[in-house]
Amino acid sequence: MRAFTTHTGRALPLDRADVDTDQIIPAVHLRRIERTGFGPFLFEAWRKDPSFVLNRPEHAGATILVTGPNFGGGSSREHAVWALEDHGFRAILAPSFADIFRNNCTKVGLLPVELPETAVRTLMGLVAAEPATEITVDLRARLVTAPGVEQPFAMDDFTRWRLLEGLDDIGLTLRHEDEIAAFERSRPARLPSLAPPPAPAG
Amino acid sequence: MGTAPMTLAEKVWERHVVHRAEGEPDLLYVDLHLVHEVTSPEAFDGLRMAGRALRRPDLTVATMDHNVPTGPGPIDPVSVRQMEALSRNCREFGVTLYPTGDRGQGIVHVIGPQMGLTQPGLVIVCGDSHTSTHGAFGALAFGIGTSEVEHVLATQTLPQKRPGTMAITVEGDLPPGVSAKDVILGIIARIGTGGGVGHILEYRGSAIRSLGMEGRMTVCNMSIEAGARAGVVAPDDTTYAWLERTPHAPTGPAWEAALEEWRSLPTDDGAAFDAEVEIDAGSLRPHVSWGTNPAQTVTIDDVVPEPADDAAARALAYMALSPGTPIRDIRPDTVFIGSCTNSRLTDLREAAAILRGRRVAPGLRAMVVPGSMLVKHQAEREGLDEVFRRAGFDWRDAGCSMCLGMNPDQLAPGERSASTSNRNFEGRQGAGGRTHLVSPAVAAATAVAGHFATPEDLGP
Repeated sequence: MRAFTTHTGRALPLDRADVDTDQIIPAVHLRRIERTGFGPFLFEAWRKDPSFVLNRPEHAGATILVTGPNFGGGSSREHAVWALEDHGFRAILAPSFADIFRNNCTKVGLLPVELPETAVRTLMGLVAAEPATEITVDLRARLVTAPGVEQPFAMDDFTRWRLLEGLDDIGLTLRHEDEIAAFERSRPARLPSLAPPPAPAG
Repeated sequence: MGTAPMTLAEKVWERHVVHRAEGEPDLLYVDLHLVHEVTSPEAFDGLRMAGRALRRPDLTVATMDHNVPTGPGPIDPVSVRQMEALSRNCREFGVTLYPTGDRGQGIVHVIGPQMGLTQPGLVIVCGDSHTSTHGAFGALAFGIGTSEVEHVLATQTLPQKRPGTMAITVEGDLPPGVSAKDVILGIIARIGTGGGVGHILEYRGSAIRSLGMEGRMTVCNMSIEAGARAGVVAPDDTTYAWLERTPHAPTGPAWEAALEEWRSLPTDDGAAFDAEVEIDAGSLRPHVSWGTNPAQTVTIDDVVPEPADDAAARALAYMALSPGTPIRDIRPDTVFIGSCTNSRLTDLREAAAILRGRRVAPGLRAMVVPGSMLVKHQAEREGLDEVFRRAGFDWRDAGCSMCLGMNPDQLAPGERSASTSNRNFEGRQGAGGRTHLVSPAVAAATAVAGHFATPEDLGP
């Protein structure tokens, strides 16, 4: 996973609520078997409208997405996160996120930042008035700053630590391999299974 | 010393904690990992790149559903490549696979329950948000992303922060013509697309208990449309009767032991939920969505509402609908009966009962996509395929099909559907397509009438 410590960049204001993952990346593009190459299809349907915010030259190169509540609902497709990342986004600021999407972001290293709705509105206003406005997202300090804005945000210590260090979850879990094995020994044999269990080690 | 009363979801959770530490998510054991072709290839690649083994191939089962063809015609090479990748990965890692063309193939959330792999008290995950379906059996089942799929493949566990619990109690008798689909659409209309975020929903009350397993699956399936990763229903005799007929159910003394454990699962009297919602079953009617998210839904007797905000105005523009239009005056071009929400035998029986001796309205395209090849064969044994064909429906092979428009089963731009699926997002069933979510009964009646209708509207 890509580590995240602090990032400063320009923002894209996407003033919509309930943006679902079908909008972020339509299903027809999920037939690829790689993690890469989804960026060109980001918001594909909306991008067909030349006035869509992602098409506006003044927002070219934006790396922070500022958007409405319940972002990323619907399908669990991690491709949505890959598409946003592939396009160049490093952080998303929104009043709320859908659960699976938020989880997927924290596994990939795209930072989901939950801010009060008023702060999101303020940031959108700043960026609309001056597209070159730079926003800084500091995960160490759990703080979003922009001209006239200093907004703390919450993130649990464990997720923050993983993101700051760019740690692989599987590696972390395998530290508890003994406990996993012990749990497996305690599972009743009647539980459903598809094949004979693997032969015991040794 | 007694233990504090617990909810069903809390009991299942607590019985699966492998590791718990202050300030960390719980590490949960996964009893069953369902895999399909779309969200798994990158996860298997990850295992290979890290040189990791698949920890429990015996607790992993794969099928092809999202991307498979359901009718004749050529398959595009990109889709073939994805299906071949799943075959190769399953061979290499020793995973049981039900590929396209196999009798066991079907939508992942249809085959798990039909095989009896889905059982009460299990933790079940899949790289698909509608994994919540399996909660109908009293399992804790939720959708995960591809990174998490890789994590489960490698460790058979998942680090998870425990969500809150929300009771949704539907008390009373469901009026005639009101199905499980109408119950869940009514619930989502009430609590909203974000109403369940951060919670496991528990559906309770006499109206829920009166539903069969397939109806309960329809309800739990759409938990995610209310923002909840999981929804559960307490197991009861209806659950055990379903399980008893399945090939993977325990037998003999193991069945008795299982029953004893399953009976300990329902929420204890006095257990507290973090949130509670009550719905009067008697007030429910057949529902039809008018907008571009599943909460934008009214009853079939209503009119298209005045937009309450910008989002609603946008949705109306996308759907090409004007406020005040009676729902019954809206005329779809396509009727789709299928998806992990409504493609099981009971759904097909309900639709066929309405279509028997009737014809699809002229010019309307209608298709049925059974949820699994087993459902297809069972329906054919009952002659349902003939009823659908004679009415003018296309009778397809199993798959996700037009629910998500990944294979060629898609709406054309501007085309309008009455669909038994779960999402009416913009472009969900094909770029520019307009989706109205309905029950199988309303879908069938609508196909005949040519406009949104209930079976009663068709007359005797």
